[in-house]
Amino acid sequence: MVIALIILGLVVVTILFHLFSPWWLTPIASNWQAIDTTIEISFWITGAVFIAVNVFLAWVVWRYRKHGNNKAHYEPENKSLESWLTIITTIGVVVMLTPGLIAWGKIINAPDDAQIAEAIGQQWQWTFRFPGDDGKLGGADARFVTPDNPFGLDPQDPDGQDDILVNSQRLHLPLNQSVKLYLRSNDVLHNFAVPQFRVKMDLVPGTETYQWFEPTREGEFDILCEELCGLAHYTMRGTVVVEPEEKFAQWLEGFPTFADTQVINNADLAAGKKLYANCAACHGADAAGNRQLNAPNLSILSADYMARQLRYYREGIRGAHPQDAIGKQMVGMASTVSQPEDERNLLAYIQSLPAIASSPTREGGNAKAGGAVFEVCVACHGAEGQGKGLLSAPRLAGQADWYLHRQLKLYSLGWRGKHTHDQFGTQMRFMTRTIQNPERLDDLLAYIATLAPQPSANLSVSSTGDDRP
Amino acid sequence: MSHVAIADQEPHLHHPKTFIGKYIWSQDHKVIAIQYGCTAIFVGLIALALSVLMRLQLGYPDQFDFINPNSYLQFVTMHGMIMVIYLLTALLLGGFGNYLIPLMVGTRDMVFPYLNMLSYWFYLLSVIVLLASFFAPGGPTGAGWTLYPPQAILEGTPGVGSGIVLMLLSLAIFIVAFTMGGLNYVTTVLQARTRGMTLMRMPLTIWGIFTATILGLFAFPALLVSAIMMLFDTLAGTSFFMPAIVSLGEPLEHEGGSPILFQHLFWFFGHPEVYIVALPAFGMISDVLSVHARKNIFGYRMMVWAIVIIGGLSFVVWAHHMYVSGMNPYFGFFFATTTLIIAVPTAIKVYNWVLTLWRGNIHLTVPMLFAIGFIFTFTHGGLSGLFLGNVVIDLPLSDTFFVVAHFHMVMGVSPIMVLFAAIYHWFPLISGKQLHTGMGKIHFWGTFLGTYAIYLPMHYLGFLGVPRRYYALGDSSFMPESVHSMNEDITIAAIIVALFQLVFIYNVIWTLRKGPQSERNPWGAASLEWHTPDVPPAHGNWGDKLPTVYRWAYDYSVPGARKDFIPQCTPEEDVDYEPGGRKSHET
Repeated sequence: MVIALIILGLVVVTILFHLFSPWWLTPIASNWQAIDTTIEISFWITGAVFIAVNVFLAWVVWRYRKHGNNKAHYEPENKSLESWLTIITTIGVVVMLTPGLIAWGKIINAPDDAQIAEAIGQQWQWTFRFPGDDGKLGGADARFVTPDNPFGLDPQDPDGQDDILVNSQRLHLPLNQSVKLYLRSNDVLHNFAVPQFRVKMDLVPGTETYQWFEPTREGEFDILCEELCGLAHYTMRGTVVVEPEEKFAQWLEGFPTFADTQVINNADLAAGKKLYANCAACHGADAAGNRQLNAPNLSILSADYMARQLRYYREGIRGAHPQDAIGKQMVGMASTVSQPEDERNLLAYIQSLPAIASSPTREGGNAKAGGAVFEVCVACHGAEGQGKGLLSAPRLAGQADWYLHRQLKLYSLGWRGKHTHDQFGTQMRFMTRTIQNPERLDDLLAYIATLAPQPSANLSVSSTGDDRP
Repeated sequence: MSHVAIADQEPHLHHPKTFIGKYIWSQDHKVIAIQYGCTAIFVGLIALALSVLMRLQLGYPDQFDFINPNSYLQFVTMHGMIMVIYLLTALLLGGFGNYLIPLMVGTRDMVFPYLNMLSYWFYLLSVIVLLASFFAPGGPTGAGWTLYPPQAILEGTPGVGSGIVLMLLSLAIFIVAFTMGGLNYVTTVLQARTRGMTLMRMPLTIWGIFTATILGLFAFPALLVSAIMMLFDTLAGTSFFMPAIVSLGEPLEHEGGSPILFQHLFWFFGHPEVYIVALPAFGMISDVLSVHARKNIFGYRMMVWAIVIIGGLSFVVWAHHMYVSGMNPYFGFFFATTTLIIAVPTAIKVYNWVLTLWRGNIHLTVPMLFAIGFIFTFTHGGLSGLFLGNVVIDLPLSDTFFVVAHFHMVMGVSPIMVLFAAIYHWFPLISGKQLHTGMGKIHFWGTFLGTYAIYLPMHYLGFLGVPRRYYALGDSSFMPESVHSMNEDITIAAIIVALFQLVFIYNVIWTLRKGPQSERNPWGAASLEWHTPDVPPAHGNWGDKLPTVYRWAYDYSVPGARKDFIPQCTPEEDVDYEPGGRKSHET
């Protein structure tokens, strides 16, 4: 008796939930309206079946519940009823399937005039590639990946020389222009998904996949990885910016071609030394940093990491928070090396200095417990905290602990890493959220301190070249 | 010497005398079934606890120090794998299959009792190896229950050292156990049915278990080979599934393998696995509905054919799990079509369950409540499957909460409803005692309403695009704040559901210790298992003489008969008809 009412009640609740739920498909921003239409058709058909079956079930349970001496009817089979139900069900299935298959036929065949682009997935970041004037993407494979060729392009392939490399998690696309997006992974499975575009496809190492769509609405949309790709899967985010053709073209011009990135520029150490005089005031002549002046240890950092930070300071991506007084100092200093040549010379000079590990300054913290916290950091920063050039993860071992402490604080406050152009900011902000507890933070820093070799020991720092010459 | 069918041979049962022989190294299918059942429920409770931990993180991100991205993925992975393989498959086939097959087809035991015993001990070993990974360095694998390479065996995934190896070993051992049990079930059903028990007189429970076992025997080898190949990839450096890769900045030695090959092998097992769980559940629920509605199952022959057809089709739909995997996109047409075709026999089963209740005499017992709950949850879960099976709809919904909600409704909640219906239904046979009805009803309402509160809203979060397997959602422009508060509510519902399971555990313990003896055949069931000389059935099941079957298992409320059921082993001349009564449908 109660169960009949409850079943009926659940049907009503389900309908009300559907009508009043604030959650439904995000407003579409691509040409794949056909997908939404198929969903709607399926929704009406399955909704009708859901209501019909359960209302009938509720009625049957109420009407034929045990009462008095009633006896069940004896009817083993009813051929015509069974046939009718089969036929009606089959019709329903055909009505749902047909528009789906027609739409699928379109989804898998990209138009010939589509803009070509490529999304590259790597644990846990997105980068992109556009063909140059030849309209063709050059060959690429994980086997070609080196610190100087992080995209893994075939150096021998003439088609690839003019390919434009977008070393950023932000992909711009022209409005109302169909895009055939090739998908490539250098490590594990990933998935390129933009909820507003509806389509989604895996990136499979060893092969190339694709999807196509036509952005129909200007704006910024999140790219999500939707194939489990390891512990930081949930941090693998990017952004698609849909904008008018002219703005898109302008944006694309700001990126180097593959050939550009392969040019080796010789640095002038003497010129770099001169430029460093400005820095030495705070960071010290040996670049080992100075706590009193809030200057971190540069001697252990790689050139590409420092180059990226200098650019962030200049472009208001780092140090721009109104309350970040220390960051503001660096904004001014970074602008003094805004010429690529100056920056290159300066960084080459810093690299030429021997790496010196900073001594621990903080007390407390259980290094053993910190080791467990550090497990999550290992993937990118390395088991020894040595940093990984290919992942753009800076060295932590030997860095001043007060500096690391402050940066982790800034990440969790959102003073650092929140800017939409900060390539790894989202990732680090997610990661710092797992160590909000001050005790865990102390443990972590105590552990990182144990990774540093004895102070003044020479450390080898891998130089991986600028990520944006 | 002329051939004597197994069913007609004299029993050669060796009756053990010692406690160990009877209850530990037992070859009695009923003891083995209970061993399987208890082990499965034990690991199931661990998986339940893992789901609560996982929900705590999703509902209250950053609040719990002991859940980091690694451990979250480990909870997700182990929860999924334990529930699908070590609980559902083991309990439905190893537990209920073992208990019911010999009793329902009228034989003294499985055809190969020794093999049957080994099957349980291998299963236990697989469970021990699996649980050992919790204590291994680095912990259990966090690769997701699908264990997709390359990620499953590379740094950056938790449990990459010993966790994944133990998982693959455990699966391999489980498959050995399943094969030993499965060969037994199939042979017993085909060769050892008692006199008169034709195939078309078997209860649907047996049809479901029998068909599911055949599926398992064909499907599990695909998982076995993929587990072995992945073991080679990770331990011996082969490249079955591993192309050339730069993993976290380090180039690897592998070259030329295909990650998609693994996915094909996995889902060639994985999809039939859905039906390895579903078909026994379909069968058991049919019998529970029929007994408690005092009415024959509607359209028995159609129901049998639906089971067989679903079983067959389940081998040609696997790639609907791979629409966005990067396989040849033209496969989408084929697999979307086969997948939606499978909806037709499945829908027929739902119609026939409801039509079984129609014009019945419905006793709203606890098993019946669970059975009615099952019809509701399965209808919901089945219908949402029509979305995901239709290839274009899968694009926006794949790998979102919608998928999680769908498979939990259809493959989590629904089989669990059946398992509870079955436990409440057969408990008097197994233990001689009937579970407490009041506690049973509390357990039912908490479970039924609670699970719907978890999964109904989850579908809508999926429509919105909320991705699954995310440790934290963070702030994404398309996710309103309400997503986070909904996640919190879902977590509360999940904790409540978990707590209601304690009522069930308490009920079982209380009943076994203090509950009154149940009457024989308390539900008035017609099928053979309730008509043994002893209840619970003794070793050998049937005393001196095997029963003879004269009718199908569904002679309920036969017009003219005085009682509302006629046992399968009652010959027509012994049926007590009212004057002028007529004969039953089939004799």
